Amino acid sequence: MKIMPCPLNGPRNISEFVCGGDVVDRPDPTACGNEAWADYVFMQDNAAGIVREWWYHVATAYWFIAERNTITDEIVRTYPASEIYRSAEGSGPDGRGRS
Amino acid sequence: MPFGLIKYGLSRRYPVTRKFPARPELKPRYDVVIIGAGGHGLATAYYLAKHHGITNVAVVDKGYVGGGNTARNTAIIRSNYLTPEGVRFYDASLRLFRDLSHELDFNIMYSERGHLTLAHTEAALRTSRWRAEVNKHLDVDSEVVSPEEIARIEPTLNLSRDVRYPILGALYHRPGAIARHDAVAWGYAIGAAERGVEIHPNTEVTGILVEGGTATGVETTRGTVRCGCVVQAVAGSSGLLAGMAGFKLPIRSVPLQACVSQPLKPFLDTIVVSGSLHVYISQSARGELVMGGATDPYQLYSTRSTLDFTEGLMGHVLELFPFLGNVNILRQWAGIADMTPDFAPVMGVSPIKNHYLDAGWGTWGFKATPACGTYMSELVATGRVPGMIAPFALERFRRFDQFGERGAASVGH
Repeated sequence: MKIMPCPLNGPRNISEFVCGGDVVDRPDPTACGNEAWADYVFMQDNAAGIVREWWYHVATAYWFIAERNTITDEIVRTYPASEIYRSAEGSGPDGRGRS
Repeated sequence: MPFGLIKYGLSRRYPVTRKFPARPELKPRYDVVIIGAGGHGLATAYYLAKHHGITNVAVVDKGYVGGGNTARNTAIIRSNYLTPEGVRFYDASLRLFRDLSHELDFNIMYSERGHLTLAHTEAALRTSRWRAEVNKHLDVDSEVVSPEEIARIEPTLNLSRDVRYPILGALYHRPGAIARHDAVAWGYAIGAAERGVEIHPNTEVTGILVEGGTATGVETTRGTVRCGCVVQAVAGSSGLLAGMAGFKLPIRSVPLQACVSQPLKPFLDTIVVSGSLHVYISQSARGELVMGGATDPYQLYSTRSTLDFTEGLMGHVLELFPFLGNVNILRQWAGIADMTPDFAPVMGVSPIKNHYLDAGWGTWGFKATPACGTYMSELVATGRVPGMIAPFALERFRRFDQFGERGAASVGH
């Protein structure tokens, strides 16, 4: 099985998690135009290499950040969101969990 | 002893003929460079030559011909989609597929089997009825069938009510077929090469030359080439190529795994799909059960296989065919699916002039091969987006105008 080292729960089977997409700063929906919002919602970096993503441990409802290599399938580092986010305002997780 | 076969092999009367020419040197310029020598890219090259007389074409691929997703799909051909635009497009493709062996003079082993999309919930039955109505309206043979009718169509299916999700009915699509996916790539490659198209495997594109917002050439591991226009048909690598040209796509690259069983005597007549159980299964001409399911749960540019996939899939397969419990899995593999948010492709123009897109084919690309070739070649030849593919424009996402094909395109959602 593939192990995801959860910052809260320790190493768990990756099937217990859902990937929430790239960590992207959300533009202010009231200030950006429709096209900028559409780009934020739909357009993807889809990078080949180390990406920074939101991940969600379903059983404990815990969101965290993982740095993962999308070529080698290696999980490089995982850490709580508080390491890079000081507040919830103006930014947030992609919100799109995938099973 | 197979004496006849030995005589045939040693006889000078049956020399081995080369199917298409050895890879030549790259010329400094072509009218068209197609990136991706899979089914879509080769079909585009074939129809450019055949329908439009455009032969100064190079098809380049970082790997070998047809070695990408064209080699890795479960080879199902159908047109039982949900949206009218989708049905029209896939039905055009299916009709081209029917005659493709004759068109290419190459046996693609097209086998019409009938396609059952099982409904295990009332909601699924409702979607089945919706799809049937749209299909019938567009002259596509699909209908909703009851469990009794399913028992007649596919007697080996487990129709017991004593399971987690009993089968309540199905969408039965008679034209559903399978084919030999590799043969489609090879047939189009041979046909294109015979008409003067150059095919360049093991030639990786490392950059796209853009001058004044227009694509003017490609950089490859074998040299730089100028061209009148670029077509990218690279499936899982779509985002990477787009990045070279300087724009983004609404695409995530996610592995899609598949597997085959050991060969068995023919018992499965139809192609069986279950959305709720995340499984599709058919039996090939070799007797192997070809099985697939949902995409992997996260993005990855790797075709590695996992035990999770086979374990999960086999659990579902055994709900439908419990008697397969002792059958061995022979082989498993994966492709890299370019998934879009609305389970419909991205075809047509890009933000870069003369850089054309055939992308976002996710888990629904093989069946579209002949139609893609037809309409992409028309776009390249005329510079105008054909009406049949206009709905798939990249620009639709800017308008939040998504397609509603999730229910009909894929399983495991």
